[in-house]
Amino acid sequence: MAKVNEGLYYSETHEWVRMVDGYALVGITDYAQHALGNIVYVDMPDVDDEVSADEEFGAVESVKAASDLISPVTGTVTETNEALENTPGLLNTDPYGAWIVKVRLAEDGLPGNLMDAAAYADFCANL
Amino acid sequence: MKNYDKLIFELSVEGRTGFSLPDNRWEHRLPEIPEVLCRRSESGLPQVSEPDVVRHYTNLSSMNFGVDTGFYPLGSCTMKYNPKINEETASLPGFTSVHPLQPEETMQGTLQVCHELEKALCAVTGMAAFTLCPFAGAHGELTGLMIMRQYHMSRNDMKRTKVIVPDSAHGTNPASAAVCGLRVVQVRSTPDGTIDVEDLKPLLDDTVAGIMMTNPNTLGLFETEISRIADLVHGCGGLLYYDGANMNPLLGKVRPGDMGFDIMHLNLHKTFSTPHGGGGPGSGPVGVSAALWDYLPYPKVTADGDGKYHLMSGSHTAGRVSGFMGNFSVMVKALTYIMMLGNKNIRMAGPLAALNANYVKESLKDCYRLPIDRVCKHEFVFDGLADTSSGITALEIAKRLLDYGFHAPTIYFPLLFHQAIMIEPTETESKDTLDAFIEAMRNIAREAVSEPDILHDAPHGTPVRRSDETLAATRPVLRYRQVE
Repeated sequence: MAKVNEGLYYSETHEWVRMVDGYALVGITDYAQHALGNIVYVDMPDVDDEVSADEEFGAVESVKAASDLISPVTGTVTETNEALENTPGLLNTDPYGAWIVKVRLAEDGLPGNLMDAAAYADFCANL
Repeated sequence: MKNYDKLIFELSVEGRTGFSLPDNRWEHRLPEIPEVLCRRSESGLPQVSEPDVVRHYTNLSSMNFGVDTGFYPLGSCTMKYNPKINEETASLPGFTSVHPLQPEETMQGTLQVCHELEKALCAVTGMAAFTLCPFAGAHGELTGLMIMRQYHMSRNDMKRTKVIVPDSAHGTNPASAAVCGLRVVQVRSTPDGTIDVEDLKPLLDDTVAGIMMTNPNTLGLFETEISRIADLVHGCGGLLYYDGANMNPLLGKVRPGDMGFDIMHLNLHKTFSTPHGGGGPGSGPVGVSAALWDYLPYPKVTADGDGKYHLMSGSHTAGRVSGFMGNFSVMVKALTYIMMLGNKNIRMAGPLAALNANYVKESLKDCYRLPIDRVCKHEFVFDGLADTSSGITALEIAKRLLDYGFHAPTIYFPLLFHQAIMIEPTETESKDTLDAFIEAMRNIAREAVSEPDILHDAPHGTPVRRSDETLAATRPVLRYRQVE
């Protein structure tokens, strides 16, 4: 069974959001990394790029497939996780630790329809 | 020879040779060759004897797996047997010694082969004309989309930049559209595995250049709504593109032209039995309806009333897509295949391909999960093992099959299922071969429960064991170790 972490917000496209000091950290879930298999490349946006909820902001490539990253939030990228450039496999080994982008949220940048851990676990169980 | 991994350069011994050249009678002319064109160092060719060379390449060839060594059920690739007579005709000196820049009147036979093949392809597909220039399937897709774009542009209909592609499509479809400068929009499949017409409707407007479909689709299912889809897409001014990768089960039964497709490609190296998978090259002729004839790339062969053949170009041509006429020897092989089967037997190829696929599917569906349980055409898709308790993946099943002497099926495609195993047996396999494959697949399902470690570590008997795909993608070794 895929793991979920309490205290995060989840999207139906298997990204998570963790709020830290008013910023949103965004990553992909354990379910996503498991479905993708070994991840070999992460295509990340640049700092200062705008991201919009439900829109693509990058991509992950695994040995099986390439998949778009869909932003769960709206705002401005303030930082990308540089460790992923050389070690994309961190998304496999530590999906909830390895964030991809840090976002300064726009007003109402955190949509109300994101799921909590329990709802997301239910969602995955029914896939 | 299991672990043979030498380069021919490693066999080289100073002074060893396997040939003798005649005396150079032009030595005195050498000073006339411009200095800049003269080599200053040794050529660096390996110095080996004839037995060294023969053993080297024979050993290397034994490490390969092909349709000549065993069953190759690679889904969507139509790895049918390649009859040897194809090689014989393609090797005829009249075909091998022509030069593409020869005057037309000196290569009438060559042009006749192109013309006869085009006529045959038109007959089996229901299209009005074909270009034989594209070198492979994806090149055919790009050529077809260039024709589609050229058609809209020549009518001054510049808004049409959107190409609709189903979520079950071959990955080359969206890639070709993107390379052609068009925008890709995805349309969903229904739970039955075919295009969701209700999801398609809202996408249809005056920005649609066309839709790319393969029928049967990558799940091996016939798109039964095709005539409705054709009406809807034509109704909004778009064109229908047929990806011919899955043409095999339709051969002699149904024609894309009759289904309403405007443009299509064929893979001669799939449907028409020419070698591929390391043994190519390929060939991806593109066919069009009568209305699009003028947009075909050039050069194109035509026949005049006197039985003479010429190369020409349409006035709205999408341009040139190859240096000359494409991979000509592949065309000779495909025409040989068509003529050897003849009008009657070619109609058996499709139904027998579908029969073989259904036989394998029905024989294995108790051990492997069959997400869409319908009569299939040339191929079908399992979603991993029926009993998932072992956690054994599609990758491990595929690797273990190599130990049983079979090529692995296509895995992790289409993307609609997590553990996709896509199997296409083709019509050229006997029931004995299919039964042996079924037995191996059943054994693997049993091993998954009783001895899962065998699968974790498979393959055990191949020259190269399990490769580290992550390392191969992240830290590829692009050169062999330094040879002194």
